[in-house]
Amino acid sequence: MFYPIQLLADWLTYTVFKITPKTLLGDAVNFFIFDTIKIFFLLIAIIFIVSILRSYLPPEKIRMILSRKHKYVGNIYASLLGIITPFCSCSAIPLFLGFVQAGVPLGPTFSFLVASPMINEVALVLLLGLFGWKIALIYIISGLIIAIFSGIIIGHLKVENLVEPFVYQNSINGNVDLPSMSHHERIIYALDYTLDILRKVWPYILIGIGLGAWIHGYLPADFLAQYAGSGKWYAVPLAVLVGIPLYSNAAGVIPLVSVLTEKGVSVGTTLAFMMSVTALSLPEFMILKKVMKTRLILIFTGIVGVGIMLTGYLFNWLL
Amino acid sequence: MMNVKIEVISSGCKKCRALFDLTEIVAKELNINEAVLYSNDLNKIVSLGLMSSPVLTLNDKPILVGLLPSKERLKEIISKNL
Repeated sequence: MFYPIQLLADWLTYTVFKITPKTLLGDAVNFFIFDTIKIFFLLIAIIFIVSILRSYLPPEKIRMILSRKHKYVGNIYASLLGIITPFCSCSAIPLFLGFVQAGVPLGPTFSFLVASPMINEVALVLLLGLFGWKIALIYIISGLIIAIFSGIIIGHLKVENLVEPFVYQNSINGNVDLPSMSHHERIIYALDYTLDILRKVWPYILIGIGLGAWIHGYLPADFLAQYAGSGKWYAVPLAVLVGIPLYSNAAGVIPLVSVLTEKGVSVGTTLAFMMSVTALSLPEFMILKKVMKTRLILIFTGIVGVGIMLTGYLFNWLL
Repeated sequence: MMNVKIEVISSGCKKCRALFDLTEIVAKELNINEAVLYSNDLNKIVSLGLMSSPVLTLNDKPILVGLLPSKERLKEIISKNL
């Protein structure tokens, strides 16, 4: 499906820039052009489609759906709906308050808080474009399972007392009338949103792909296997820890790690790293402190972190 | 000019500030003399039953939720609700 892009990249590298084929420089430049065009093409297409879907399902509607669902089913819905909801750490508080005060239980709320940042459209595009659909699918399904089970476990722990008391002092009516949108407005909204995301992520993606292209061309294959191959037990937890502070750069991190797998980092470790980058974020924890006690944040991080590590080990062992 | 209260409610994100700046310009162009208000009170968003930011309210009714539109779009939305 990306064959025409390869032709274009070949033409640009070898004809327009006149770089000799089969050289390190030629490989790196060709790889860079091909990946960049492919990723931006996918980004535009997929973000646009997701934004259209989202205009029908804003968080306010999702909340209505979730407040009517039962245990377990609520967690599954919350995780699925988290996929199409954009997430930035600045929306964590209104989401949390909005859900809890409208009567959505803590379990599904946490499922949503895990799935929403972890399975986002930018990460999906990068996984699809750079790793292929199989890894992208593994990532989505494992992410969903982690989100569902983390929420179920937190729901069973009865940790309502670790939520700041003011949260439960207010309750709101979840049935709001949103400004309605015409067909035309949805398309404009989706276009705006797509451009907005592109504006935010393009430098990271270019740097990520650029560094990746350099590594692809210049570092010997399996260079990293001795440090991060599947035989190294500490690689997975290390990947999770390193991923926590890297949230804002998810867009740059994924292109980079996709090349690292070529150089010997095992797939499970890579998956664990990407999940940690997207799902566990330091700025989000700082913000969540306003509405919950540190202990609950640690429990949340611990459960999700363990889930991610299990996924990492599982796929290191399977693949 | 009629009496209107226009407020941008922020969660502290960059987009919120940008929407405020844009709203000020648009309000001026629409000959609205009242100052556009800016609030960082997340509870306001939540108590309106909303969960996305920024929120733009006109006389306390949300008319724009969770996005930063183009200048023309914003003008259209505000004048439609005046």
